[in-house]
Amino acid sequence: MINWKVILNIAKTHLLTKMKSTVTAALGVTFGIGAYITLVSFMTGLNTMLDSLILNQTPHIHLYNEIAPTKDQPISLYEEFENSVHIISSIKPKQGQKKIHNALPILNYLKNKDVVKGATPQVRAQIFYLSGSIELGGSIVGVDIMEETRLSNMRDYIVQGSPEALKNMDNGILLGAGLADKMSLSVGDRVQVSTVAGALVPLKIVGFYQSGIADVDNVQSFCKLKTVQRILGESQNYITDINIKLYDIEQSPQLAEFLEKQFNVTATDINEANAQFETGSNIRNLITYAVSITLLIVAGFGIYNILNMLIYEKMKDIAILKATGFSGTDVQFIFMSQAMIIGIIGGILGLVLGFVLSVIIDGLPFETEALPTIDTYPVNFSLTYYIIGIVFALISTCIAGWLPSNKAKHIDPVKIIRGT
Amino acid sequence: MNNVLEAKNINKHFLKPKDFHVLKDISFAIKEGEFASIMGKSGSGKSTLLYILSTMDTDYTGELFLNDTLVTGKPASELSRIRNEHIGFVFQFHYLLSEFSVLENVMLPAKKLARKSNKEIEHDAYEKLSMLGIEKLAKQKASRISGGEKQRVAIARALINNPSILMGDEPTGNLDSYNSDNVFNIFKRLKEEEGLSLLVVTHDEDFAKRTDYIIEMEDGRIVSGQ
Ligand SMILES: Nc1ncnc2c1ncn2[C@@H]1O[C@H](COP(=O)(O)OP(=O)(O)OP(=O)(O)O)[C@@H](O)[C@H]1O
Ligand SMILES: [Mg+2]
Repeated sequence: MINWKVILNIAKTHLLTKMKSTVTAALGVTFGIGAYITLVSFMTGLNTMLDSLILNQTPHIHLYNEIAPTKDQPISLYEEFENSVHIISSIKPKQGQKKIHNALPILNYLKNKDVVKGATPQVRAQIFYLSGSIELGGSIVGVDIMEETRLSNMRDYIVQGSPEALKNMDNGILLGAGLADKMSLSVGDRVQVSTVAGALVPLKIVGFYQSGIADVDNVQSFCKLKTVQRILGESQNYITDINIKLYDIEQSPQLAEFLEKQFNVTATDINEANAQFETGSNIRNLITYAVSITLLIVAGFGIYNILNMLIYEKMKDIAILKATGFSGTDVQFIFMSQAMIIGIIGGILGLVLGFVLSVIIDGLPFETEALPTIDTYPVNFSLTYYIIGIVFALISTCIAGWLPSNKAKHIDPVKIIRGT
Repeated sequence: MNNVLEAKNINKHFLKPKDFHVLKDISFAIKEGEFASIMGKSGSGKSTLLYILSTMDTDYTGELFLNDTLVTGKPASELSRIRNEHIGFVFQFHYLLSEFSVLENVMLPAKKLARKSNKEIEHDAYEKLSMLGIEKLAKQKASRISGGEKQRVAIARALINNPSILMGDEPTGNLDSYNSDNVFNIFKRLKEEEGLSLLVVTHDEDFAKRTDYIIEMEDGRIVSGQ
């Protein structure tokens, strides 16, 4: 039977008489846990921000037509050559394949599906921007602007002007911010675009679009769907891409596969597109945990050291306790509980320290061109990390306390009393 | 009368630095209420024997009985409990927990036993301290009292759980003749009034002569006694 009151009383007395070492050991844990909380809150905050930056701009499923030569060439349909080797040189894809076949029925079908939050048609075209003597290659995307803003946070990235302005202006264009810079254009100016086929169309700038990704902003602009169809000289059913948002992102792979089979289009889902992105998050997490665990190991060594010293100093006390009837386990618990007290106090202070630092970081201004919607550093205040933090503290102090206290358990009182 | 303590053919060797037969065939018994002393030259094995009798040292052959039950071979946790409840031990050098008060030192074994409430234990502790004439020191830190006082605190601690037997390894070794006398009288009174059994190692001939009998040791053997 273990008499905790007596054991804790002895532990407390030991700790209080060694106040300095106790405080040092506890502070070690405090810094370890504090650093963990701060790092993990900041890193996951960044992760979430970067995730949403990409995820929000990326459709859950993207339908388009991959340009590739037809698998069944005419010769393979011809029965007479069925058992022969077909040699055809210089196979080329068919013309006009950018267009999604049956785009309007597909859109209709998707809009009536329960799991689909929305589906937006797009027309993508390669063009040249002409302004004065400058000629820049780029692309233009025709969109249903109001539907796009409903389904993504596109509105956040329109840094000047508004989606409504585009909707109300037939020849309007939301120019990529990078393009605007290069051509030194401002809202209200005119810009000429020319298609690959050579048609020249003037457009009026109604706003600037800045995604934060320079490679996009330097080449891409948005117009109304109809405008681009007209520039290309195509009809209303000319649609090159369909972007789909679902209510539940997890369903995107299945639906993508289904759509591919059903409508004979290429469908990529978000998990495919963002596989590399996960790697970045994982590495950030890895760094966080590596740093925190290193700090905690250092803190653990501190506790280990102090307990070892204490036990060395208290050899006689241990011998007396054992001689007067305290068992080895009692003695072990006396020193274990000292480690745990240091761990709990240090750990809780560490949580407080981590929280305070997180709050400070959360308030620091963080302004960057690339992220127009962010003005302070992103921090993730999640209770989970605080629970992990305190569990961390307890585990590391447990391990650090175990070795010395186990030594104390096995001290032979006779040896000490004899003075050898 | 019952044997409180009985040793049967106890042998012990120290293997380091070389094989040394320190206790040779020790057999004797202490009956309830007996006050025995052990004498012998320095190095004859008195302390070694006492550590075995107090169950702290288990590295020996032979058999040890306490209140007619065999304690040899019992697990360590069981031996701890037996020491706590049945054996009071006073060391050659007064060993107290220096960070605790005199009172806390005396109360500690009783708190471990946990048979009584804290109040009762405190009351008992005061009683033992006043019996030894040091109740005034109760609140003092154990590190701030004299050697003789420490010795008496250690005796009070040994008595707190009303043990079956009190063992002492030169408990009066550090005391002047006045205090030594005082301790002897206390032991005598405990034996007579409470029927406590005592086994005390001493170098003090006068002290030994006044006990019930003397066990004489020489080179690890009992040469006379009982
Ligand atoms: N740990 C040990 N290893 C080896 N030999 C030991 C050890 N402890 C004691 N001895 C030897 O055992 C013998 C008995 O020692 P013990 O302490 O029992 O003597 P003692 O009779 O109590 O002497 P004193 O009257 O000086 O206290 C001594 O010769 C001592 O050198
Ligand atoms: Mg001795």
